[in-house]
Amino acid sequence: MLIRRAPRFTASDITDPKLYLSRRELISGAAAALAMAPALSAAAPPALQALSATRNAALSVNDTPTKAEAAMTYNNFYEFGVNKDDPSRLAHTLRPRPWTVQVDGFVNKPKTFDIDELTRLFPLEERVYSLRCVEAWSMVIPWIGFPLASLLKRVEPNGQAKYVEFTTLLDPNQFPGQKPGLFGSSLDWPYVEGLRLDEAMHPLTLLTVGMYGKVLPNQNGAPVRVVVPWKYGFKSAKSIVRIRLVSEQPKTAWEKAAPQEYGFYSNVNPAVSHPRWSQADERRLGEFRRRPTLPFNGYAEQVASLYAGMDLKKNY
Amino acid sequence: MTRTARIALKVAVWGICLAPLTLLAYRAWTDDLGANPISFITNTLGDWTLRILLASLAMTPLRILFGLSWPITLRRLLGLFAFAYVCLHFAVWSVLDFFFDWPRMWADIVKRPYITMGMLALLSLIPLAVTSTTGMIRRLGARNWTRLHRLAYLAAVCAVLHYLWLAKVGVKDPYWYAAVLVLLLGVRGWEWGRRALRRRRDRAGAASPAVRPRAENPLS
Repeated sequence: MLIRRAPRFTASDITDPKLYLSRRELISGAAAALAMAPALSAAAPPALQALSATRNAALSVNDTPTKAEAAMTYNNFYEFGVNKDDPSRLAHTLRPRPWTVQVDGFVNKPKTFDIDELTRLFPLEERVYSLRCVEAWSMVIPWIGFPLASLLKRVEPNGQAKYVEFTTLLDPNQFPGQKPGLFGSSLDWPYVEGLRLDEAMHPLTLLTVGMYGKVLPNQNGAPVRVVVPWKYGFKSAKSIVRIRLVSEQPKTAWEKAAPQEYGFYSNVNPAVSHPRWSQADERRLGEFRRRPTLPFNGYAEQVASLYAGMDLKKNY
Repeated sequence: MTRTARIALKVAVWGICLAPLTLLAYRAWTDDLGANPISFITNTLGDWTLRILLASLAMTPLRILFGLSWPITLRRLLGLFAFAYVCLHFAVWSVLDFFFDWPRMWADIVKRPYITMGMLALLSLIPLAVTSTTGMIRRLGARNWTRLHRLAYLAAVCAVLHYLWLAKVGVKDPYWYAAVLVLLLGVRGWEWGRRALRRRRDRAGAASPAVRPRAENPLS
């Protein structure tokens, strides 16, 4: 069988030997340094740094958090691969430092933030949110971060800013899932997600740098992600490199892949089925019986007003 | 093939087909089924149903392509293992996943095309399992039995569609199964075409013997 495909690399993609030889020097140098530091083990995954934060009880749910191990080994993060265990297995390929986040678009003060600066910019809060995946399972996770609104206010969105677009890092060397397979790419990279400006400014929308008292593990979207608890999980973009304020509704990765299945809003809604499965109930990881799914994932009181007058069946 | 070799082959098939189940049981015992055990068990059983079903459909192509006859002796065993796995797959779905919520499951069967396909695949395998014994072959007659057992093709097509339609965009595994099924059915199609062509040629030859001068065809 002959399968025609565009070549994966062009001549300009081939790394100059001088460059990769110098990388080898760097690696062997690093290896030597490692050998001299007996405390460091090359095999063990790097221990996650602790992150202190103040618990925001008012914006936390009372449910028991999912086991940290489950939250760190059962992930949808297609940048690493489409299987649930791919992200934790391949997490080491991502380098979350150094890292910058470019915040620009229709703002008065565009700025590129270093991740460590971003983490120190605002007081960190811990919030226990429930996370509802579009695949009808859910978790309860203690996130650490600060309201996205704080960051957005700092860059001063102007009158033309109507939406916020999030872009995940594009780098097939760090994200093996971005390399196309025999049957093509899983998604059109980079991963792009978006929110309406009022959704992005909502106090529940959390720019997240940690979970379970530590910095974000790579497989959960290190070093910085967004968490939008009343929407299906895929709306919460991970490993963000750019936050852009735009005037048009962003074309998101999942909308591009399957517009009839994944709408721009994607608010958790038990009354609107995914075309292929029901969203009426969900399996909370760690529980045996399915539990009913709540409108807006239980956050209706806080967010339903954002959608007053909208037909949520049409704007799924 | 000697009797010993035949027995060894069957033992090997038993071993291979029971291995995934054993591993699953071991992982359940050691609490190593991951964060979503029900989903993991369902998916593993589904994967192996499809793999074993496709393996059972690969036996005839092995004969067509390589003239091997021994694979046919494994077909029934593979088919029955596929049936056993699909029954477990269904049991986990109905008991562990939906806990006997039949109205809910029925709604899904009629409303969700991928579940409809899965049910069709399961249902079409039932008569095959029931008529798998030598006694049933005798009672039905070889001709009827062969006709009935073409349901295996329907089951495989439904099973592959079930997987294709349930997978999210970007998940490419189902395409591999679909490719294998197309290949396996393709070999049969090619063989049927070849046989039909030969039959037609023979008939044409038989119908007009007078046209052909005898001298040109000394062997007929």
